[in-house]
Amino acid sequence: MTRVPLSTLAHGRSGDKGNHANVAVIAYTDAGYAWLREHLTAAWVAAYFAPLGASRVKRFEAVNVRGLNFVLYDALAGGASTSLRTDTQGKTFALALLRAEVDAPAELCARRA
Amino acid sequence: MRRVRVGNGCGFWGDSPDAPVRLAEAGRLDYLTLEYLAELTMSILAVQRQKDAAAGFATDFPHVLGRLTRALAEQPNLKIVTNAGGMNPHGCAAKARDVLAQAGLDGRRVGVVSGDDLMPRLDELIAAGHPLSHLDTGEPLATVRDRVVSANAYLGARPIVEALRLGADIVVTGRVADASLTVGPVAHEFGWDFGDFDRLAAATVAGHLIECGAQATGGLWINADDATHLETVGYPIAEIGDGGDFIVTKPDNTGGVVNVETLAEQLLYEVADPARYYTPDVVADFTTVQLRLAGPGVVAVTGGSGRGVTDTYKVSVAYRDGYMAAGTLVIAGPNAAAKARRSGEILLDRLRQAGLTFAHSLVETLGAGACVPGVVTAAFDPPEVVLRVAVRDPRRGAVERFTREFAPLVTSGYAGTTGYTTGRPPVREVFAYWPALVAKSAVHATAEVLP
Repeated sequence: MTRVPLSTLAHGRSGDKGNHANVAVIAYTDAGYAWLREHLTAAWVAAYFAPLGASRVKRFEAVNVRGLNFVLYDALAGGASTSLRTDTQGKTFALALLRAEVDAPAELCARRA
Repeated sequence: MRRVRVGNGCGFWGDSPDAPVRLAEAGRLDYLTLEYLAELTMSILAVQRQKDAAAGFATDFPHVLGRLTRALAEQPNLKIVTNAGGMNPHGCAAKARDVLAQAGLDGRRVGVVSGDDLMPRLDELIAAGHPLSHLDTGEPLATVRDRVVSANAYLGARPIVEALRLGADIVVTGRVADASLTVGPVAHEFGWDFGDFDRLAAATVAGHLIECGAQATGGLWINADDATHLETVGYPIAEIGDGGDFIVTKPDNTGGVVNVETLAEQLLYEVADPARYYTPDVVADFTTVQLRLAGPGVVAVTGGSGRGVTDTYKVSVAYRDGYMAAGTLVIAGPNAAAKARRSGEILLDRLRQAGLTFAHSLVETLGAGACVPGVVTAAFDPPEVVLRVAVRDPRRGAVERFTREFAPLVTSGYAGTTGYTTGRPPVREVFAYWPALVAKSAVHATAEVLP
């Protein structure tokens, strides 16, 4: 096991739908995707983003692109129209999630295979 | 086998004015699409039209069209499809026709797609049993009816196909689903049936991938670096075959990159359930889509599939919801982040002493972890941060008073307070967003071609 930021295993992009944010995490390898599917649960992501005050977090799978898509409901403090935040659209959330430190098998961390 | 080349030169109102010109001149396109309408753009356009009946469309478009006349003259078959019409597609189309006439391109016919504007029919619709309930809360629109400024159904590709069938070279629409700007031309060229959900879904994937412009070609790509050459980023082109399979690429000799990573990121961008991506044309399944690098800067996309179509349109409603303003100052020196936070609190405290508390207020310290508050924070003491304070309140006067309380911190705040150069922050009206659904049978999309 080695402690690495998630960005070693995956890339991603995030955006908004009204007051909800979506955070897509895309694994670089099949093995990395298998690990992410097991460990990057909706509950884990909800706990990581807890300060944002999301009402719930739901995970969707897009195995075809090795993707996990998290929807953070009510996480944008009102959304683009009414939020007072600088990042009203959750554009930086994917980068924030990819900074998370995880304990992953060393052989998975050969980035961008 | 014939393929239709669709390039998208604009991802939002505010995108680069040079991008559509470069794309049209270098892209060997059949269709240039230009996407201007974010969710709340319509409310701003609605207010503009209230003040001036001739306004209410994306005024960037006539300017861009003026710069596209050279490409149009050189490429007689190049067509343009755009939602620049906003709240006034007829006004926008008339302006486009003038621009073409001035350039001697009178032969190019301008089509208009309308019927998305539900505002004039709102009371009639509600009375007829269409509550336009909020998609998240379930509340009926009647709750905020008196404050509504715009209500638009997201139309699909059908009226675009109809405008093209009528002979339009330039199609100007109001609110249509972004992906439908691509689906329309392709469905028209190949004569697709609107019951052919797999083909519609494939073209929807293409439209979704290119609708945000450079976001498909290296923009916002997490691994972009100097070698990505975003300074000359090319905008995306989808080259679509009759079966729905397509490639995504960009003009030769442009910066940016098209690869499996950039497209995978864009495939999931602003998506909830990737197995059910709802548009007016089809419920598309993005989980069957395969991305394969087919050459340098060329990604082959196959396998898009459809799950049928709903009998509702999504409706985007905007209503007045008070006022807001946000101001910034720079705080430098030791403990900059802590001092900036305190400065913001001092500012709000002074306003409280003046008898003002706000319905919503927020103090941010940009540079110390404000973008994802509480999740990502600075691990060190930054040499300076930007203090940003924002308030929102139903009272315009209170928000105006707030904007006058920033400058005093330059003399009565902490040492290291600077950056007061842009004057008082502007007060702007807030238009809140209300997503809803309406039966398709209640909406009458129309297509015509200007004489």
